[in-house]
Amino acid sequence: MKITPEIIEQHNLTGDEYRRIAALLKRAPTFTELGIFSVMWSEHCSYKSSRIHLKRLPVEGDCLVQGPGENAGIVDIGDGWCAAFKIESHNHPSFIEPYQGAATGVGGILRDIFTMGARPVAALNSLRFGPVRDQDDSAEAAGSVIARNRRIMTGVVKGIGDYGNAFGVPTIGGEVVFADCYSLNPLVNAFALGLVRREQIFYGKAEGVGNAVIYVGAKTGRDGIHGATMASAEFDDAALEKRPTVQVGDPFAEKLLLEACLEAMRSGAIVGIQDMGAAGLTSSSCEMGARAGTGIEINLDLVPQRETGMTAYEMMLSESQERMLIVAERGRERQVHEIFARWDLDAVTIGRVTDDQKLRVVHKGEVVAEIPNSALTDEAPRYDRPQSSGNEAVHVDPAPYLNEICGRIAGEIGSSDLHDVLTECLRRLLASPNLACKQWVWKQYDHMVRTNTVVLPGADAAVIRVKETRRSLAVSLDGNGRYCSVDARAGARLAVVEAARNVVCSGARPLAVTNCLNFASPERPEVMRAFSETIDGMSDACRALGTPVTGGNVSFYNETEGRGVYPTPVVGMLGVIEDTRQITTPWFAEAGDRILLLGATGDDLGATEFLESLGGVVAGGVPELDLEDELAVQRTCLRAISAGLLRSAHDCSDGGLAVALAECCFSHYRRDSLGARLDLREHLDLSGIRAMADADRRMLALLFGETPGRIIVSAAPDRADAVMALAAQEGADCAVIGEVGGDRLSISLGAHTLIDERVDVLEKLWRESLPGHLDRAGLDER
Amino acid sequence: MKFGVVVFPGSNCDHDTYHVISKVLGQPVDFIWHKDERIDGYDAIILPGGFSYGDYLRTGAIARFSPVMRSVKGFAASGGLVLGICNGFQILCEAGLLPGTLLRNRDLKFICEHVNVRVERTDTPFTVSYRKGQVLSIPIAHGDGNYFCDIDTLRELESDGRIIFRYCDARGEATDAANPNGSLANIAGICNRERNVVGLMPHPERASESLLGSNDGRLLFLSLATSLSEMLKLRA
Repeated sequence: MKITPEIIEQHNLTGDEYRRIAALLKRAPTFTELGIFSVMWSEHCSYKSSRIHLKRLPVEGDCLVQGPGENAGIVDIGDGWCAAFKIESHNHPSFIEPYQGAATGVGGILRDIFTMGARPVAALNSLRFGPVRDQDDSAEAAGSVIARNRRIMTGVVKGIGDYGNAFGVPTIGGEVVFADCYSLNPLVNAFALGLVRREQIFYGKAEGVGNAVIYVGAKTGRDGIHGATMASAEFDDAALEKRPTVQVGDPFAEKLLLEACLEAMRSGAIVGIQDMGAAGLTSSSCEMGARAGTGIEINLDLVPQRETGMTAYEMMLSESQERMLIVAERGRERQVHEIFARWDLDAVTIGRVTDDQKLRVVHKGEVVAEIPNSALTDEAPRYDRPQSSGNEAVHVDPAPYLNEICGRIAGEIGSSDLHDVLTECLRRLLASPNLACKQWVWKQYDHMVRTNTVVLPGADAAVIRVKETRRSLAVSLDGNGRYCSVDARAGARLAVVEAARNVVCSGARPLAVTNCLNFASPERPEVMRAFSETIDGMSDACRALGTPVTGGNVSFYNETEGRGVYPTPVVGMLGVIEDTRQITTPWFAEAGDRILLLGATGDDLGATEFLESLGGVVAGGVPELDLEDELAVQRTCLRAISAGLLRSAHDCSDGGLAVALAECCFSHYRRDSLGARLDLREHLDLSGIRAMADADRRMLALLFGETPGRIIVSAAPDRADAVMALAAQEGADCAVIGEVGGDRLSISLGAHTLIDERVDVLEKLWRESLPGHLDRAGLDER
Repeated sequence: MKFGVVVFPGSNCDHDTYHVISKVLGQPVDFIWHKDERIDGYDAIILPGGFSYGDYLRTGAIARFSPVMRSVKGFAASGGLVLGICNGFQILCEAGLLPGTLLRNRDLKFICEHVNVRVERTDTPFTVSYRKGQVLSIPIAHGDGNYFCDIDTLRELESDGRIIFRYCDARGEATDAANPNGSLANIAGICNRERNVVGLMPHPERASESLLGSNDGRLLFLSLATSLSEMLKLRA
């Protein structure tokens, strides 16, 4: 086939990039080679717009065994055990085909884990969708948008559930966030965690010239061709025509592949192994060769095929799922074949490791591609894309919106009494989709298989025990696109420290980070600037915490019809709990316990959930973060847990203190709800306030502001002083703010009651919100 | 006494069941490969949860044809104790070792949560350590757990006392609201006529350690061990 400018454009390559390909090959590429370059040089595979920035992330730490560049990051968790973990996006496919898109996202990340030799023990996911409740229907966005968002969410959740449930990995947590900008750009970030003995780690390296290259797993079909290229472009109204680029998942095949791979790894016959994910056979073969400084030659005639008449181009670009490429010791091929046969899987030797550092592809007796590995990997283009200049952000004063919200609510409930208005604000916040209970989601996930789930979903961090040791692992996924849309650098820092705070609340020491960076088109300077700022913010916070970034994923072009997502970095924080008996949960435990607040509350109403959920606006600057204060609070919490002083610990973030307190009160498995009486007089300094309007605003900030670095803890009455003493030693603010008991949540400021409501009333609003919006959605669709 | 846990391709609660028997119960246990036709030397066989053969057709519909099932049938016919948990229950129904079938859940969604289950009968080798009427908190995790059978079979199950577990509320009432999946008569588990084969949808192996929130399921395995040692004593 003659390569025309149209063909080059269809491959999402620029004229310059094409000339660079020809220069690297010292000739014009064949059609198959053009296809290979197009996927390997796609944004998705090459990180061409992000690479120069990603270098700034800290990648060093004592616990680090494997940093970025492999299929997953690995850290040492003690006793000879290591944790392999990574997060990856499957945003584009999940928009086009929600069920399969999300399912194969889970499949891909699980393979990234077990290709390292680790058995996956937990999955989490970070999901973002457009609004799903009717009242979010603005005039121009008709009900069809809401219905579509619900359909996407329902499909994504089912896809994640069906894949993970059948595979047998517990899906134990994550986050679900709603905002307008995700309406036609859902974000589906899948995280997986696996365990491996340190000496049994495998890498994606094609070592040993003459060794066998073995194809294992499912057969190759025409599905997912150009998936990586699709994921590297923005969508227009023809997006759904791209459905054939989405792969189809088979969790059963993946489960067999897992067991067979782990068995083959134990046999000692395997030298290197890599998942055929994005860009399938192409990326696995050239990357394994590149990492080992060798080459790989494969014969496509030998590749197990699901369809007849497949061309070399199709086979090299197929993203059929549940496949792996293995390099096995020469002479031990048969042993590997037998193991896979036992699991009824194909295993075929399709090539050899060579010494010429090239990827050579033979089909029907002809060499259809011969490309130096480096041309596909290190020599891929890198762009320092233009960024808009800084400081263009002008913060809108949130004050008028605050007045509008309170005034409107006062009108709607027919009372302008401060306590009535504030209590109604809390009710509405708890019922808002972003803050409401996410049980509708996690109930569809098997979150208990493998019997390690020692904290059920809904806590600050997901926690699993490591049966072989006395330790447990905690994971939290956190992102805040709204903050990042206002200030990417500050937002990224906040995401990192919040993720750390969440694992700390469970009793874990933060260990390392994986990140998923979801952005709109890098060709827009303001997006690129936000990206760069995000990297700097994340680096700051990770350095301060001493948590290296072990890898992750960048997803650009999350925009449809010119509308992009908020800059949405998602942080996956892994922490280790030294003693499983010390696991701490957010829920108040016993009447009479003292409630303490670690950290100070500032006037941080900007960019809050309060403004967005109740007022539909993003206004004001993001909350101020003082890293030293934050760390002091986290250290205090962790030391108090280790000393056995705490009965509960809960991060105070989205929705503010009042929402966090309500969550501490709610019922949990085998624990009824508990009330709490709080007086925030000790905590809030009213001295600077002159006018009543100031006071109202300070009360809103106190209840619903999102000052970071705060943790609500509870302790037996005779332990409260010890917690205070620890906080003083660490230099953290700390005050006793109330007592657990009764069946109401009542928050006062001296003689003024701010909030007073029965806990069961609040809990009902919180629990029934999402099912109310979503289960009806199913009926709409049928 | 020796336990065997069958591993079908797609079983995913095999390790969990093995863990409870070996670590929590402290009894000898082996995995049995689905292609094995001989299962000599076992005193109890457990078909674990999971998605055997992917369950793409109908839950358990392929697994019933696997070589090991011929032996399991023979084992059951000779009085051996057979327990099917979740997918194992579905397979036992498909294989005809237990009556009825498991349909899609009433709300068409996969459900994973702790539910309350009432012990209806303690006169099986699987429930001797429970109290009749005892309310257990045990998790379910299934998309197809909606037990169904024809009316004659239901009458027979009721009159023969073969309904072993029913979904109930915290006070032990088998109400419709406490029925998570729409199962006929709130059925969560049944046994065969000879009472040596039991299938249930809840996962007792997930509720066998207090660290996991509940150890109400442990007594099921303990019952099994107690019954087996009695049986072995009689045989000896």
